[in-house]
Amino acid sequence: MTQPFRLPTAGRLDAAGTVSFTFDGKAHAGLAGDTLASALLANGVHLVGRSFKYHRPRGILSAGAEEPNALVGIHRDPARKTPNVRATVQELYDGLAAVSQNRWPSLAFDVGALNDLGAPFFSAGFYYKTFMWPRAAWERLYEPVIRRAAGLGTAPDQPDPDRYSNRFAHCDVLVVGGGAAGLAAALAASEAGARVILADEQAEPGGSLRFEDGAFIDGKPGWEWAQQTAAQLAARDNVRLLTRTTGFGYYAQNMLGLVECLTDHLAAPDPEAPRERLWQVRAKRVVLATGAIERHMVFPDNDRPGIMLASAARAYLNHFGVAVGRRVAVYTADDSAYAAAIDLKEKGVEIAALVDLRPAPQGAHVDEARALGIEVLAGHAVTGTEGRLRVHRVNVAPVNGGAPRRIEADALVTSSGWTPAVHLFSQSRGKLAFNEATQRFLPGQYVQDAVSVGAGNGTTGLGEAIAEALQAGGKAAKEAGVSKARAKVPNLEAGSTERWSSGMAGAAPGAEAGRKAMAFVDFQNDVTAKDIRQAVQEGMRSIEHVKRFTTTGMATDQGKTSNLHALTIASEMLGKPIPEVGLTTFRPPYTPVTFGALVGHGRGALFEPTRRTPIHAWAEAHGAVFEDVGQWKRAWYFPSGGEDMHAAVARECRTVRQSAGIFDASTLGKIEVVGPDAARFMELMYTNPWQKLAVGRCRYGIMLREDGFIYDDGVVGRLAEDRFHVTTTTGGAPRVLHHMEDYLQTEFPDLKVWLTSTSEQWATIAVQGPKSRDIVAPLVEGIDLSDEAMPHMSVREGRVCGVPARLFRISFTGERGFEINVPADYGLSVWEAVWAEGGKHGACAYGTETMHVLRAEKGFIIVGQDTDGTVTPDDAGLAWAIGRKKTDFVGIRGLKRPDLTAPGRRQLVGLKTFDPKTVLEEGAQIVADPNQPVPMKMIGFVTSSYWSENCGRSIALALVENGSHRMGERLHVPMEDGAIEVEVVPTVFFDEKGERTNG
Amino acid sequence: MAEIARRMSALEGRAYEGPGIALTPDPPASRLSLRAPEASLSALSKALGLTLPDKPKTAAADGSRAALWLGPDEWLVIDEECADLAALCASVSALHSAVDISHRNTAILVTGERAEDVLGAGCPQDLSPTRFPVGAASRTVFGKAEIVLWRIGEEAFRIECWRSFSDYVFSLLEKAAREA
Repeated sequence: MTQPFRLPTAGRLDAAGTVSFTFDGKAHAGLAGDTLASALLANGVHLVGRSFKYHRPRGILSAGAEEPNALVGIHRDPARKTPNVRATVQELYDGLAAVSQNRWPSLAFDVGALNDLGAPFFSAGFYYKTFMWPRAAWERLYEPVIRRAAGLGTAPDQPDPDRYSNRFAHCDVLVVGGGAAGLAAALAASEAGARVILADEQAEPGGSLRFEDGAFIDGKPGWEWAQQTAAQLAARDNVRLLTRTTGFGYYAQNMLGLVECLTDHLAAPDPEAPRERLWQVRAKRVVLATGAIERHMVFPDNDRPGIMLASAARAYLNHFGVAVGRRVAVYTADDSAYAAAIDLKEKGVEIAALVDLRPAPQGAHVDEARALGIEVLAGHAVTGTEGRLRVHRVNVAPVNGGAPRRIEADALVTSSGWTPAVHLFSQSRGKLAFNEATQRFLPGQYVQDAVSVGAGNGTTGLGEAIAEALQAGGKAAKEAGVSKARAKVPNLEAGSTERWSSGMAGAAPGAEAGRKAMAFVDFQNDVTAKDIRQAVQEGMRSIEHVKRFTTTGMATDQGKTSNLHALTIASEMLGKPIPEVGLTTFRPPYTPVTFGALVGHGRGALFEPTRRTPIHAWAEAHGAVFEDVGQWKRAWYFPSGGEDMHAAVARECRTVRQSAGIFDASTLGKIEVVGPDAARFMELMYTNPWQKLAVGRCRYGIMLREDGFIYDDGVVGRLAEDRFHVTTTTGGAPRVLHHMEDYLQTEFPDLKVWLTSTSEQWATIAVQGPKSRDIVAPLVEGIDLSDEAMPHMSVREGRVCGVPARLFRISFTGERGFEINVPADYGLSVWEAVWAEGGKHGACAYGTETMHVLRAEKGFIIVGQDTDGTVTPDDAGLAWAIGRKKTDFVGIRGLKRPDLTAPGRRQLVGLKTFDPKTVLEEGAQIVADPNQPVPMKMIGFVTSSYWSENCGRSIALALVENGSHRMGERLHVPMEDGAIEVEVVPTVFFDEKGERTNG
Repeated sequence: MAEIARRMSALEGRAYEGPGIALTPDPPASRLSLRAPEASLSALSKALGLTLPDKPKTAAADGSRAALWLGPDEWLVIDEECADLAALCASVSALHSAVDISHRNTAILVTGERAEDVLGAGCPQDLSPTRFPVGAASRTVFGKAEIVLWRIGEEAFRIECWRSFSDYVFSLLEKAAREA
């Protein structure tokens, strides 16, 4: 397990820190501190993947986040298989297992590579044009084939076992990017006393100082300064230094999303520890120190493994101590690749040739290269490369004609210049400006409180970048309102032999218009210079159209290395200057973000609050089956002795009407309406009259929306002249309170009344049935329960089981009934006491299903089940609940609309099936004539339907056109296996005279 | 006569302690949702024995009793010794609404040097001591639950949430606390 390309004299890694890993099952060794990419290169492995469309062999292009080619799967265990990991950012750990993607049967021999031979067919717009006809083939042939072939990597097939975390954070100054400029800005801002967050995507900050070995800051080598500065910042109380943290999104009002990777670099992560943490940072000022990204040269066959960015070759050499080849060729259109050639040469790597597209490059770099004996071929271009799985020859020709040369090389490093990383700036809605002199887009007009510094701002010299960053950091602190006056801006002497320039963009000679060459612009989506031109030829004018037609820049790297090339080629074809062609929109995330990070803690039990009543534990212990009602868990039914739902509900229904039943109604919404104008407010919010409701009495209230339709209902008790205890449906509790509060604040602000939610103050225990008074009586103190003293629809305050209680005499079953409200913490204990008393009378506990059946037997509606937002009180048979003398309430004018007063509206009726055993399906449609041709005219639908044990037959409620005038009519419910005949009947099925409330 | 009902809090038996963090359900307290116009404040303050605060994000505390400003006409009054707050206000004739919510809310104390960090897992507010000093109080959210947050010490916060949300709030706090 040697590392033949690791140079003993280069790099910063400790040669003793050997780490082993596998790639496609083959064991290799690397060093602690390696990325997967650097470790592979140390072992001479350049071929790491196959391209998306043509399955061309691909290697490692970069040494950073912009990597389009070297995407691999990382397989930790069967549940942890992460696809499309960039080998250039994956830190190596002992035992790491990486697999290549998009190849079959093997990376070196891939059947899919036949696509490459068919490349002429797969050009831009291929999918749009080819899979159009015949139409029928789409579903059965094209789509399955495309789906199988599309996409890179394999999605994991098991639930993600990892944990993810979330933190909100606030700061005065957020610095994104921890290169020289970012560190300097953070230094200045924190010096001034600002609360600073500095985020850097690497394990160690330093940015391009990683490879720029000519840099000196504050008298130290650049990298050394960066590490010391990072340590210094981390030690400050007012600085939070986040490494392995990518600023991926810039949102409104200086809210940024950062993802911190916590365990992906560890061999044996603590299973309790989160894998990633999402930081949602609200910053007063943002300093964008995001650097620049080097572009490759666009020339024929520029995608062979072994061809990479010049800066990447330097990073592998100067930081990781890895030579990317033994005999390296260089192809450039700007100065920065010279440094790569010089560094490699100085470390003993042979430079086959330095091909410079410029006719007469000049400067210290050029002189130094020549002095080192590097052959500089000025005015030359690389016209092609050779080598099946790795470049082994580079074909070179003078730009102005002349004899071509074939140069042997096992690596080719290229640079066409640097693109400022303006992604976050653009996401912030800042306007980019095209700089004619340097031919690049730079931050122009800011719309948020941000500033760009360093290479990302087009500031190329190290000294200038640091000066700019120090100044910006101090200013940001000041603008954030940090008052510390000692704000001494640190002074850092910095300099570098480096010079970054904008270079050239677009296709180089050999890939000009008319050439058939495969000169790749976008590696990840396999888009060539020819594809861009074809898009323009076929009529695409906007860069947005070119992008979508060719898919350039649409891969997971979002065209970090390719966008400017594509834009330049399109602008040449269109004969328009670049700014007129425009730039595609930068959108978050800057680099791919896992769903896990976005979901954070919100999984499983924490996905949504689960609300349980104080009595929940008792119901659970007594075998209740629960149903979800909004966020609540409600006991649905209580099966005993192996009962199924049907049997349990039938028994519960029988028992309530024979003796009594006990029901947990705690989830009912409760609102206390208090103030001298409480009754006036109630008059306005409900259809009913309230002014004359006596203290101690209750009324069933209906609330409408402005449009006249039923919004909610519930029983309201008057506790005092100025105090009402309002109940709402369980699901309606929050919205009814908001509805009331909304009207109070906007329409009736003059009323002296306040609303307080008391839903959870009270546990509510309903005791219903002929024995209910006998059960409740022994527990009650200070309340006369006689029918004379406490008639149906009344409320009293007193004590139950020795604790303060509000006792309602109300019934949702039609039986004599009480609802005991006690402070919630006493709910369980009081329930147990009621249960014990109930036992003496043969009472049962019942759930929501029985509650539904019993109320349907009595024709009591459930808002949201028997109403759907288009039902008026009259439609529901509740016209009696409208105060006829009232001149105002919410919805009164809506009720007068012609449509709402028209005859023949759908009205609530009862339905009886002719076969009493047949239970209709809720939601089933109703027709008058089952023999009419399809489509039939539907005249209504079933809203509630149950087996009624007490009636000995099925019962149903339905909304039917002109229903109240159809009593006795026969209608039909068409179902899959024939129509069911029903009779229209009144909505009350049981105890029509209502005698049982006093029974 | 039946025996007196037992009190059972929503977070009975829950507690968590880890390095730099402790999560402790607070014992029962009495609570009042108090609503009143400005003109009634002096009378109510006198009845309650503390000056109702009139500035956003503030609270007034005296002994076992505190009033947290929740809105221009709204306070959450808490008495840790379970004094009958509604009775105190009943004697006040000045316009107001006092509703007992002693059992609606439940309290969780978040204490320790990591308290701020753990709350940051679900609360989007700036909780640094300069923006949310000791004594600051605010109605806010924690994850998907509404809470009232009150800083009772440099490294101590009291969360008030509705009873049925307390399991969610406690569980999310514990999840964040275990991440250290």
